[in-house]
Amino acid sequence: MSILVDKNTRVLTQGITGATGQLHTRACKEYGTQMVGGVVPGKGGTDFEGIPIFDTVEQARKSTGCNATVIYVPPAFAADAILEAAAAGIELVICITEGVPILDMVKVKAYLAGTRTRLIGPNCPGIITPGECKIGIMPGYIHKPGDIGVVSRSGTLTYEAVYQLTQLGIGQSTCIGIGGDPIVGTTHIDSLKLFNEDPKTRAVIMIGEIGGTAEEEAAEYIKQYFKKPVVAFIAGQTAPKGRRMGHAGAIISGGRGTAADKIAALKAAGITVAMSPADLGSTMKSVLEARK
Amino acid sequence: MNIHEYQAKQVLARFGVPVPKGQFATTPDEAAAAFTALGKPKAVAKAQIHAGGRGKAGGVKLLTIASDVRDFAAKLLGKPLVTHQTGPEGRVVRRVYVEEASDVARELYLGMLVDRKAGTVSVIASTAGGMDIEEVAAKTPEKIFTEPINPLLGVAGFQARKIAFALGLKDKQVGQFAALLTSLYRAFIETDASLIEINPLVVTTEGRVICLDAKMSFDDNGLFRHPDIRELRDANEEDPAETEAAKYDLSYVHLDGNIGCMVNGAGLAMATMDIVKLYGAEPANFLDVGGGASTEKVAAAFRILLADKRVKGVLINIFGGIMRCDVLAQGVVEAAKQVKLNVPLVVRMEGTNVIEGKKILADSGIKVVNASDMADAARRIVKEIGA
Repeated sequence: MSILVDKNTRVLTQGITGATGQLHTRACKEYGTQMVGGVVPGKGGTDFEGIPIFDTVEQARKSTGCNATVIYVPPAFAADAILEAAAAGIELVICITEGVPILDMVKVKAYLAGTRTRLIGPNCPGIITPGECKIGIMPGYIHKPGDIGVVSRSGTLTYEAVYQLTQLGIGQSTCIGIGGDPIVGTTHIDSLKLFNEDPKTRAVIMIGEIGGTAEEEAAEYIKQYFKKPVVAFIAGQTAPKGRRMGHAGAIISGGRGTAADKIAALKAAGITVAMSPADLGSTMKSVLEARK
Repeated sequence: MNIHEYQAKQVLARFGVPVPKGQFATTPDEAAAAFTALGKPKAVAKAQIHAGGRGKAGGVKLLTIASDVRDFAAKLLGKPLVTHQTGPEGRVVRRVYVEEASDVARELYLGMLVDRKAGTVSVIASTAGGMDIEEVAAKTPEKIFTEPINPLLGVAGFQARKIAFALGLKDKQVGQFAALLTSLYRAFIETDASLIEINPLVVTTEGRVICLDAKMSFDDNGLFRHPDIRELRDANEEDPAETEAAKYDLSYVHLDGNIGCMVNGAGLAMATMDIVKLYGAEPANFLDVGGGASTEKVAAAFRILLADKRVKGVLINIFGGIMRCDVLAQGVVEAAKQVKLNVPLVVRMEGTNVIEGKKILADSGIKVVNASDMADAARRIVKEIGA
C-alpha cells in the first residue's frame, strides 16, 4: 500500500521530447515505472525509445489507458498542459515545471475544483512510491521501500530527508513534493489526509518553509485528526523579513508565516520539530523507537 | 518586481483607474516646470523610491509656488531618503513626482493580492486608510474586509457594492468605487501583478473616489508576456549582485554574514543557511542555482559569491536530482580558473552523478574540503574560517 501511485500506475509524459522530459522519462522507466506514452503536439505517431507519442492527451488516454501524467513543458505552456490533462479525465497530474505564472495557477485551480483530477505541483520534484513507481525528477536510488510518508514543499530538502531515513535503514511508503509556489494543487493537509488513511504509512515527515500559513493549518489538522506521529522541519529560520527566498512562496511578510510562528504552532499540536535539517532522519528514528 | 508610485499610476490610468494628474522630474528645474504645467494652485511633490513611509520621512510636501517645488526637489534629489522601510542607509532619490493636490474628506485602504489560502486574487479593504495596514490587521482585525474574486468570473457587481458599503461609501461614490475596483482588477490580471496597494484611496471633498498613492508589484514569472512592464524595472533600486544573478536566472539574496552558500533548491538553500547559523556562523547570502543549471550558470554563481568581499569561506551543498553533480563540479572548476579562490571551500554533494562530480573536483587541483553530510559541511566551514 501507498498513496496515489503504485506499480499499477500508468504514466504519460507531456513534453517527452524536451531535454528534461527525455532525461527523466528514461530515468523513471529504468526505475520500473510504467511509462506508457508521451504527448508532443505535432509529433503524434512517432515514439521516444519505444514509448508511443501522441498529439493530444485525449488520444494518449484512449490508446494507453494512462491514469497519471507528468508535465515538463515550459512555464508559458504549463497551465494549458494541466488543463488538457484534466479535460481528458486523467486522475493524477504532476507538474514539474518551475516558473509558472501565479495567475495561471489561480485559474487552473478554480477549473480543477470541478473535475476529478488531482494536481501535484507545479514547481515540484514529483511523487515516488519506492520500489514501485517514480514520477518526477528525484534521484531514485536514495529511496527505500518502507512505511514513512514524506511530504514537502521543497524538492532537494525532500531528498535530504529521504536520504537520511534510508541511511538509517528506515524506508518510505510514498514521498510527495507538493511544490514551492504560493498556489499548488495538493497541499500539506491534502497529503496528510491520504497518509492518515493509508494503512502502510506508520509515521510522516512534513517539511515546510517560511511564508504563508499552510504549516499552521496543517498543525491544526494534525492536532484534531491525524492518528500517526509526525516529525516536522521548517526551512528559513534565519531568513530576513520581506525578502523572497527563491520559492515564490518563501517570503515572510508582516510577521506572519515566520519560522518561529510555524514551529510554535507545530509544537503546540504535539508534533516533534527537528531544529536542524541534518536531524530529520535521527529525529524520526527516536520518535519511532519511543513508540515501540 | 516592484515599480515606482508614478509608474504604477501610469499603468493604472491606462486601465481607467482614477489617479491625480502628475508628472515626474529628475531635476529641480523639471520639478518646477511640472508644477507650472499642472496649472493648479497647489501640488504635492513626492520622492520616488521603492519603499513606504516617505511622508513621515520628509519625502512628501504640499506646495503652492514653483520656486518652493524647485527647492524641495533640490533638497531630495541625489540624496538618500531614510524611512522605516529602507534600513539605516536609506534609498537615493532619483525622481520626484509632482501631482495635483486633492482635498481629502476620507482616507481608505484598498489592496489586491494573490491570496494563497483562498487560491484566488483577493481584495482587502479597510476604513483605516493612510496607516500601516499590517499594524491595522494586527491591532484591529475587525477593520479589515477581505473578498476573494472568482478567477473565472471576475469582480461581481454585488462584491464591489459589498466592499463599498463596508467602506462607508454612499450615493454616487458606490458606483464610482465599483468602476474603480473593476478597472483595478483588470489591471491586476492583465499585467500579471502580484500586489496592488492603494493607500490611501480617498474620497475628496467634492465626493470623488481616487487613488492618492499606488504601489504595484509583479509576478516575475509572468513578466515574459509583458515587455512594457519589464521596461519599468529600476536597477538602481535593486542590489547589483542580485541583478547580476538574475541575468543568469539565479536566485540570489544578499545577506550580512560571511559564509557564501551555493545550494540547489530554495528549501535546501534556506536549510543550509539555517544550519550554518546553528553552528555559530552567519550566511552571506541565499543562492539557489536552480534545477537544470548549466556549467556556465554555476560558474556565474561562484563568481557572484566570491565578489562579495565579506565572504570568508564558501559552502557548496548540492543534492542532485535534476541538477547533476558533475555539471556543478565542472562549473566550479571553470569559475576557479577565472577568479582566484583564496577562501576555504567546503563541498557536500549527493545525488545524481555524485561519483563523477567528486572525481572532477578531486582531479582539478582546487583545494576542496569534502564533507560527508550537511552537518559535517556546516561544522567544517565554520572551523575553516575560524569563527
